[in-house]
Amino acid sequence: MVENDRWGMLLSHLVLILGVAIVVFPVYVAVIASTHPPGTFVRGVMPLLPGPNALENYRIVISEGRSTAGTPPIGGMLWNSFVMAMAITIGKLSISILSAFAIVYFRFRFRMFFFWVIFLTLMLPVEVRIVPTFEVVADLGMLNSFAGLSIPLIASATATFLFRQFFMTVPEELMEAARVDGAGPMKFFRDILLPLSVTNIAALFVIMFIYGWNQYLWPLLITTDPEFYTIVMGIQRMVTGGESEPLWHLVMATVVLAALPPVLVILFMQRLFVKGLTETEK
Amino acid sequence: MASIQMDDLHKVYAGGVKAVTGISLDIADGEMIVLVGPSGCGKSTLLRMVAGLETISGGTLRIGDRVVNNLEPAERDIAMVFQNYALYPHMTVFNNLAYGLKNRKMPKDAIDRRVREAAKMLEIGDYLDRKPRNLSGGQRQRVAMGRALVREPSAFLFDEPLSNLDAKLRVQMRVEIRQLQKRLKTTSLYVTHDQLEALTMADRLVVMNAGRVEQVGTPMEVFDRPATVFVAGFIGSPAMNMIDAAYLRETGSADDLDGLPHGTDLIGVRPDDLLMTPPDGPHLRLAGRVALLEPAGAESHIYVALDDGDQPITVRVQGLPMVEDGARVNLYAALAALHPFDRVSGVRVT
Repeated sequence: MVENDRWGMLLSHLVLILGVAIVVFPVYVAVIASTHPPGTFVRGVMPLLPGPNALENYRIVISEGRSTAGTPPIGGMLWNSFVMAMAITIGKLSISILSAFAIVYFRFRFRMFFFWVIFLTLMLPVEVRIVPTFEVVADLGMLNSFAGLSIPLIASATATFLFRQFFMTVPEELMEAARVDGAGPMKFFRDILLPLSVTNIAALFVIMFIYGWNQYLWPLLITTDPEFYTIVMGIQRMVTGGESEPLWHLVMATVVLAALPPVLVILFMQRLFVKGLTETEK
Repeated sequence: MASIQMDDLHKVYAGGVKAVTGISLDIADGEMIVLVGPSGCGKSTLLRMVAGLETISGGTLRIGDRVVNNLEPAERDIAMVFQNYALYPHMTVFNNLAYGLKNRKMPKDAIDRRVREAAKMLEIGDYLDRKPRNLSGGQRQRVAMGRALVREPSAFLFDEPLSNLDAKLRVQMRVEIRQLQKRLKTTSLYVTHDQLEALTMADRLVVMNAGRVEQVGTPMEVFDRPATVFVAGFIGSPAMNMIDAAYLRETGSADDLDGLPHGTDLIGVRPDDLLMTPPDGPHLRLAGRVALLEPAGAESHIYVALDDGDQPITVRVQGLPMVEDGARVNLYAALAALHPFDRVSGVRVT
């Protein structure tokens, strides 16, 4: 630690400001770009100050969409993204907490084998298994549906692993005390383990929600019906769809709106989130 | 209220490790039994077998007149106090006490009444709305006791409940637990590795070693007539001195040894029974040099190296004796105060 050192202090601030600037600048550009009229971008120079068209741009994006390019108004797409992200998040959390519960608290045959199988799936993210997964989902008739959008992404080795690690730090006597108090396994899970895991659940909720919200490749593959477009796909279609130059001011307005829900989730769950990642209360 | 009968209980772990071998014990209704022994002697395992937290590999266990070998802990009508208290961290003290009753579908007003009664008895009534993390160690201990109490079970099981408390609190809680148990007259099984706790609390003491019972008896029986060399060394502090009978014969210090039972080749003598002046009647005499004088307040411990002997002898005297390090001393012990043992089997000779 460098303390009471003027230059050291200045340097560390400089590094931090630089880091923040690098992260924030693209966001700033997106917000600025979403406030300019259509003509601005043709000149090839990016303006760095707000333009006059903010309300108009957001109105178009929200109410009209861009029908010529086949993109619906973004309300529906935001809703689709939200449903998909929530389905993935809740699915992941409930499945992984239950599997972790099984692996930590029950002694069954091949217990460790199953644990390692779950663990191994960490090496097989969606992108690696995308072709066979698509085949399965298509054969099951789940193309263009919320089920198809969310179910293949629900299994989560990461969350299972994190819950397992947490459960293993819960003293065994707690389970024994509950047994003496007449609580069966599921009652113990509901009355004791679940309340103790709240902060962990919150932290994972944030991470999983953003993971689900940001899904790009998978929705792009399995949805062809505009009714099921997600917002991230919508942006892609706005950029590439249509004959003319992309309408950057509208794209950027959509981008800003698309980034909003994850930001809100983090803002609301920030306290629990940080607690879940750093502190263990026992 | 119930008696507990253990008949030839065995515990063998999956790896083949034998934790408990052939323990039979009858515990009368309302009796306080203390299981004592060094770590790894199987005392906790035995308690957990009674609780139903460990399966029983062999033998029969009865609580009351029911065989409970295959019953879940909750069905055995016992309550347990854990070493680290095992309070539910997210529940208030009230809910910690009430949880077991709620699971038994007891009506709400009955739960409320019982919890308040128990809380009053343990003087934790003011903390009912607090979470365990806002309580001190002693208060947590009381809550853990309370959780056992509200259930009004037929037996209490204590698993080293005082070992996480500081020395002063430990003595205080020891007294309170004993008073409470005497008042409620609930059959209790109490595990500890602290021989003082064992001596002070027990109606009967069970000394365990390596998965077996070494001796069962009232504290004074066990203290006055230890059945084996192990018990002699474990109960009593400082530990009993063990002197080879052959050494005594060689040094000629004890022609009176003939008074001891035939077959004695190891003689135990408590540090308190060694005197600086010869007593009346038959006695034995030891000569040596003071290796260290250890004042301990009201009493002092003198470590004496015997002439030609290999192990030091501990003597306990009241106050501060007038001896110096390195001084020659003679020690005497009345023949009646000696504990005769057989070296090979470790059993007391009678």
